[in-house]
Amino acid sequence: MSFITQIFTLAVFAIFVNNFVLSKFLGLCPYIGVSKKIDSAVGMGMAVIFVMTMASTFTWLIQEYLLTPYNLEYLQTIAFILTIASLVQLVEMVIQKTAPSLYKSLGVFLPLITTNCAVLGVSILNIQEDYNFLGAILNGLFSGLGFTLVLVLMAGLRERLEKAEVPEAMKGMPIAFVVAGCMALAFLGFSGLNF
Amino acid sequence: MKLFKEFTKGFIKENPVFIMALGLCPTLAVTSSVENAIGMGLAATFVLVCSNIFISLLKGLIPDKIRIPCFIVVIASFVTIVDMVMYAYTPEIHKSLGLFIPLIVVNCIILGRAEAFASKNSVIPSIMDGLGMGLGFTLALVVIGSIREILGAGQWLGMNVMPAGYIESPMLVAILAPGAFIIMGLLMATINLMKKKQGA
Repeated sequence: MSFITQIFTLAVFAIFVNNFVLSKFLGLCPYIGVSKKIDSAVGMGMAVIFVMTMASTFTWLIQEYLLTPYNLEYLQTIAFILTIASLVQLVEMVIQKTAPSLYKSLGVFLPLITTNCAVLGVSILNIQEDYNFLGAILNGLFSGLGFTLVLVLMAGLRERLEKAEVPEAMKGMPIAFVVAGCMALAFLGFSGLNF
Repeated sequence: MKLFKEFTKGFIKENPVFIMALGLCPTLAVTSSVENAIGMGLAATFVLVCSNIFISLLKGLIPDKIRIPCFIVVIASFVTIVDMVMYAYTPEIHKSLGLFIPLIVVNCIILGRAEAFASKNSVIPSIMDGLGMGLGFTLALVVIGSIREILGAGQWLGMNVMPAGYIESPMLVAILAPGAFIIMGLLMATINLMKKKQGA
């Protein structure tokens, strides 16, 4: 397989087939919590793409050059979550200093991302699936894109739902889950894809 | 009496999953069978109780500004212990829960209880709170797991509970991803309805 095909396959699988939210159930809290308005969904999505790519890069390096050589694999969970937490903090400070306008739109979402299980999830999956360095970075990027795609779609749907006549008991979260279920059903159609 | 209240509030009144909508990722991901649901619930309960004990002991020592990273380190240590213990004694459940065992670290129920309860209360109430919330989480997982396993496979904890014809062609969607979302939504709606009836 040529290099380009490989990247394309990785992208299609990470975005559609193994979508983080709809088939792996990662990052559900922001998916339900921040999907009420398209604007904030886009902001959250961008922040997640950014942090996921960065986290994939750094955790892969830590695993490869720190944990594996010194037989410290059992510290993986602690090491990764600390890396992610400090990374998010660092990113927040850097953006605040260098790009205040970007900070204004992403700022509120950044602290939330530390506890987004999709970020820790992609870091651990990169190691479990034995990706090489480039593969890990791309997997982080594409998984973030997949997350953003469904988050923005969901926000669009929920903006419409605001005006729809929903039974009293189904209002808010219940209907959001049912809609997510329908979306997952649609995404299940991608699972037959084969390259 | 007050301790008992701390213990039972997690079951129904402040159930972490149904009422507070916390810890959704593991709730939907591991409930395709009752066995996984129980495994996940108990693992999370253990971490919750231990981290509550430690955090309530350390509450005077941790500076306020860096409390969240400190809580995360405490929680991550216990998650690592659970991970190793499950790998040694229940390798099959460990395998089917997979990624979601290390992800207990970012389960918002545990950090939420550390922040909202253990960092403000003494040890004994914190244990009760952790135990109650953990069991409430387990209860919710088992309820969802039971519905999904019975509908999707015609079984409950591996035992056949539906007629043979149903098991041959069950409602497969219930154990797949979409079923998880839809069943969760309908359960939440049911609870809303019940709460409203009680209130009226």
